[in-house]
Amino acid sequence: MLRVFRDLLRYNREFAIGTILVLIVLSLAVASFFSPYPPKDSYLVPPDVPPSWAYPLGTNSRGQDVFWQLTVAIRNSLLFGVAVAFLSRIISLVVGLVSGYAGGVVDRVLMSINDTFVVIPLFPILTLFYFMMHDNMSWALLALSMASLGWPYDARLIRSVALSLRNREFTTQSVFSGMPMRQILLEEHLPYVLPIVFSTTMNNINWSIGLEVTLSVIGFTNIETPTIGTMIYWANQHTAMVAGIWWWVLAPVATVIITFIGLFLLSVSMNEFIDPRSRLARMGA
Amino acid sequence: MHLLRRFGQFVLVVFVGINIVFFVTHATPVDPVEQAISSATQFGQSDPQAVEIMRKALRELYGLEGTIWQQYANFWKRLATGDFGPSLSAFPTPVSALIGQALPWTLGLLFTSTLIAWGVGNFLGGLAGYYRKNRLLKAVGIAATGLQPIPSYIMSFVVLILFGYIWPILPISGGFQMNTHPDLSFPFVSSVVGHSILPVVSLVLITIGAWFIGMRSLVSNIVTEDYVVFAELAGVDRHRILMSYIMRNALAPQLTGLALSLGGIFNGAIITEVVFGYPGLGTLLVRGVNTGDYSLVLGIASISIVAVATAVFAIDLLYPLLDPRVKVE
Repeated sequence: MLRVFRDLLRYNREFAIGTILVLIVLSLAVASFFSPYPPKDSYLVPPDVPPSWAYPLGTNSRGQDVFWQLTVAIRNSLLFGVAVAFLSRIISLVVGLVSGYAGGVVDRVLMSINDTFVVIPLFPILTLFYFMMHDNMSWALLALSMASLGWPYDARLIRSVALSLRNREFTTQSVFSGMPMRQILLEEHLPYVLPIVFSTTMNNINWSIGLEVTLSVIGFTNIETPTIGTMIYWANQHTAMVAGIWWWVLAPVATVIITFIGLFLLSVSMNEFIDPRSRLARMGA
Repeated sequence: MHLLRRFGQFVLVVFVGINIVFFVTHATPVDPVEQAISSATQFGQSDPQAVEIMRKALRELYGLEGTIWQQYANFWKRLATGDFGPSLSAFPTPVSALIGQALPWTLGLLFTSTLIAWGVGNFLGGLAGYYRKNRLLKAVGIAATGLQPIPSYIMSFVVLILFGYIWPILPISGGFQMNTHPDLSFPFVSSVVGHSILPVVSLVLITIGAWFIGMRSLVSNIVTEDYVVFAELAGVDRHRILMSYIMRNALAPQLTGLALSLGGIFNGAIITEVVFGYPGLGTLLVRGVNTGDYSLVLGIASISIVAVATAVFAIDLLYPLLDPRVKVE
């Protein structure tokens, strides 16, 4: 495992850059635990101070230190993304593996349900959900509803890999030796789909952070919890761009873009595992 | 057979989508009627009898009377007739009229940006997969990798800041100039086009990377196929190999990809509308939420599902044009 990691860092440029970007963001998130201010309090420092030695990213109109606010915000956003990705992994793995292994009618039925969920536009539905819940809308509830709707694209990708394992000899052998389906899927097939599971997990974290940012910026989540989205929400509420407090907007936007690109590069880097032809192409064959 | 199966999928999308909407509105603990009443009676004393009358009227307006099964049947009836009742925030304009005004803006935005992003992205991606050594195309590839993961809100927001505050050259809000008359005159049409540039550019930037990268990897796989090698050895014109032998084959899966990602593209479009205050469904949806207009929000969610399902079905109808094997089947 460690050797694979080392080789990836050495030979795979996407993986190396992605790892660096994600590490930067992670260290920001970890720094939040050393924050000198309670994250939800305001008017702790002089407002609207541009970046300086005392306040590296300046302070905002609510009297908060932008740097420390940012560390808590990115931590909450990442946690949200990881929670959604973890929960939706369970559904997408079960659907993908079963569909690919069973084939035939089961596969067709599962995939048309899958494609149905792929097509349904989520934003209006999540908005409706917020409209119904209003103040009862919590972090966990949003994560749960997004996980239960955000699995299908990944299930389809996992299925496409699982499908190719179905006719391999080791599968036939496992069937003949009397292994139950659950065991074949978990012990024989799961290791083969791990690269694509990793890749889709990174993309899913991106997707959920992106949607959370969107909903928060419009004010459709609990705006008291600091996340990247609510940070931009408050900056917009105080018309930070018009007032010239650009650092308040730039900090969260730049951080979240670094996060997106880092996670995406990690996801792309797995292509070489999934499709060895791209490795040949890199070597110039 | 292809047609029948795709139509079945269309029915399934509408059925499941509308059921989710019904579930969301009925399984949540908050009663929209009580919510509307509490915001209406927030100030001052109200006659309990008047409140009771209001409650009854709202129940009827929202289609929330009778047993859960009656409500369910009523819900489908409203969708089938396109009648979601009057909008509470723009009383007494019917919700369907508001949606009817907003829908063309959303569809126009969606259609233009998807056509540009899909067309240009696939074309450049195909070239990049074929001419792997080209420096310029490699640079485009890096840019596409950087653009692809950025979600619609952040992209639109960055475009808004760049062209609204830092280099203000284009209109950043609304769908047309306020003092022009909506007719087919030159000032109106040009202001519509001008106002649509930034939303379209944001949407194109959001989606083009995925088409580029997808097409590049498809083409670079097809290039190694025997029939391509054979065509090259036989001296077929390289342009012709790329256009009619490689790209055409790779377009079929990209069209399927378009059908599958349409829901996501639609999300992106209405989010972009919110950022630019574009007069489409997205802006209407947010307005509905902020004014507590239950019928409007419900109507938009339902119509969005039907609209996207219809668009996907339309793309599926195009599929046999690219892949003749489907016709034989």
